[in-house]
Amino acid sequence: MSESIHIHPGSVGHEVAHDDHHHGHHEQSFITKYIFSQDHKTIGKQFLITGIIWAIIGGLFSVLFRLQLGFPGQSFPILETFFGHWAKGGTIQPEFYYALVTMHGTVLVFFVLTAGLSGTFANLLIPLQVGARDMASPFMNMLSYWFFFLASIVMISSMFIQTGPAAGGWTVYPPLSALGQASDGSKLGMDLWIVAMALFVVSSLLGGLNYIATILNMRTKGMSMTRLPLTIWALFFTAILGVLSFPVLLSGLILLLFDRNLGTSFYLSDIVVAGEVLPNEGGSAILFQHLFWFLGHPEVYIILLPAMGMVSEILSVNSRKPIFGYMAMLGSLFAIAILAFLVWAHHMFVTGLNPFLGSVFVLLTLLIAVPSAIKVFNWLTTLWRGNIRLFPSTLFAIGFVSLFISGGLTGIFLGNSTIDIHLHDTMFVVAHFHIVMGVASMFGMFAGIYHWFPKMFGRYLNSTLGYVHFWVTMIGAYLIFWPMHYEGLAGMPRRYLDKAIWKSFNQFGDLDKMITVVSIIVFAVQLMFVFNFFYSIFKGRKVTSTNPWGANTLEWTTPINPGHGNWEGEIPEVHRWAYDYGKDGREFIPQTEPVGANESKH
Amino acid sequence: METVMNQQRNKIHPHKFTLWVAIASILMMFAGLTSAFIVKSNLTGWRNIKMPTVFWYSTAAIILSSVALQVAVRSFKQREMKQYRSMIALTLVLGIAFLVLQYFGFKSLWDQNIKFNGSAGAGQFLYVIFGLHALHVIGGVVALLVMFLKAFFGKIKLYSSVPVEVMATYWHFVDILWIYLLVFFIVIG
Repeated sequence: MSESIHIHPGSVGHEVAHDDHHHGHHEQSFITKYIFSQDHKTIGKQFLITGIIWAIIGGLFSVLFRLQLGFPGQSFPILETFFGHWAKGGTIQPEFYYALVTMHGTVLVFFVLTAGLSGTFANLLIPLQVGARDMASPFMNMLSYWFFFLASIVMISSMFIQTGPAAGGWTVYPPLSALGQASDGSKLGMDLWIVAMALFVVSSLLGGLNYIATILNMRTKGMSMTRLPLTIWALFFTAILGVLSFPVLLSGLILLLFDRNLGTSFYLSDIVVAGEVLPNEGGSAILFQHLFWFLGHPEVYIILLPAMGMVSEILSVNSRKPIFGYMAMLGSLFAIAILAFLVWAHHMFVTGLNPFLGSVFVLLTLLIAVPSAIKVFNWLTTLWRGNIRLFPSTLFAIGFVSLFISGGLTGIFLGNSTIDIHLHDTMFVVAHFHIVMGVASMFGMFAGIYHWFPKMFGRYLNSTLGYVHFWVTMIGAYLIFWPMHYEGLAGMPRRYLDKAIWKSFNQFGDLDKMITVVSIIVFAVQLMFVFNFFYSIFKGRKVTSTNPWGANTLEWTTPINPGHGNWEGEIPEVHRWAYDYGKDGREFIPQTEPVGANESKH
Repeated sequence: METVMNQQRNKIHPHKFTLWVAIASILMMFAGLTSAFIVKSNLTGWRNIKMPTVFWYSTAAIILSSVALQVAVRSFKQREMKQYRSMIALTLVLGIAFLVLQYFGFKSLWDQNIKFNGSAGAGQFLYVIFGLHALHVIGGVVALLVMFLKAFFGKIKLYSSVPVEVMATYWHFVDILWIYLLVFFIVIG
């Protein structure tokens, strides 16, 4: 509990009696230490482990629907054993297929890559890297996790009801999602989806408020904004995006809830469903898309920015070189954060959007290529002629850069409204956003886990398993998603259950089989990572020095297993930026070291 | 956590700052809803409404409650605890009065046959938007109630004015938000 932390008043250098204080060593019950903990590090771990459980569920769903896509109509009797009437005769039923696709998207985008990624690393790293005992409000921080937990429980429960979970795609466009009579997935499952997402938004806002307040108000002495590691900058912009865009999603969902349950016509107009003429008039389904994508697009960057920040940090530490172009990195993060709010309609080019308006959104969308290219250039120049240590974290960070380039380039295709008319809702889109946002951010997350695992648990992850994990995932990701570009260019639609009646798509039959087989292998390797993760928590090689990677940032000045309050004694003072690597013949100079008289300028 | 705060070299108290960010966030939600209102008011089947007069009374109630809370903050800072207690009580009563008046406003609209069913109009938006605003006021009333109980029955003497100021900022915010929403509905609805 917060009462148990004793913190010395006064700034660094001020002598304080230590006799009756014991930092973080107070007796805590199991419940306050591990369950309802207000320690940001424990909350970070709670987010991470919940995120891992969600990732297994979401990943398994993708394997299941890939079975249908790779082997349409084929019977896998084991599926009926597990899923009953959802897989009658061992083949995945249409309702089940759409539920799987929808839940895969929802789970991965929100529960894994938003809560699991920024929830974990914002909680773990912000207080440690800015030099604070804890978040601005540890209690709100705890609430943030427990709202996420509640959201998880509601979302999980929707999978066990008779009519199944939401099945209209993760974007839940009305009118399909607004009318229970339209499909099974639009019945109770959809209401539970909305409730779960509302709880999720609350969790994400409580977290985001804390992150912003902590970064702006609780930095240690000497930690000016331009001395912050890029991880913190990235998490800062992520939090701002979340705080300003999630409420808009919430308002869209509230209106949807009214349409579903109270008969209003916010999104519904002139609809005949199952022979029945509905009285709704004057609603606009496009309105929902505007509200949804006003969140939905910033959400892409909510997912991606933390990964970018961590990759910047890890590449600099492990190439033993300062980050190339710190201010340019910062400026490009800022530009991406601004542009994130101005491009949402590029998801709506084929909704009958005014072509003039469309061209404005094309221009703004293509502008994102500029800060993205700056970042890629800086990552590559950070690596250039560096003294690179190829740890699994480094490999995943380099993999992130590779995926970000490949996925970013196809974004230029899709950002053009004319080309998008051909490519929208094809497998090309699936390939694009999985590479650039899904897999790339997963790689950022893996890089972060391998790098900060010693800080989290005082032990290392097994490196050999880490290398296997990296190479199989890297090669697998390209084998899975690269061919999808060709399918999409040929016009193959996404989300379709069975494309057998289109003769022209038959040529992709074997390709789809290959994709399915590879995705099963990649999924198995992720399970190996999960094993590595939990095994290493208890049995991994122990960390013996406080600064195992030779890094400059403040989290490595804490004890190996820091208590609540992080530092024993004073919070260290910061004298320099975080990237003095390979300077004046020294491998690294921690941020806490005062600038020497003869030191060259950075 | 007071000690954590004190040793940071901060200019604005983190809790106050957090509240300002939260206010920005809440504003985004209402911005989303009011822009949805504007988009939809140009579509077919739109019906305007006449604002029930009872909403003017609720406006008066919430403005008065804001004034009362401001007086409470001032008396807290001057350690005039008696006046502080009575002003907190007055704010709480006026806040509850606001909510009751809102209920009568909704009821008056409902009786004019403006219901959820059927084609859309300003009425449905009013229920959603004013309803969400009322939820934010209820949140404020709960916080006021806690503050009220602490002021009357609390055993510990409080000297930091931060909680009172945070409360006041939030309360003024829902007050101004209400005035904005009312003007919005009168001008555009």
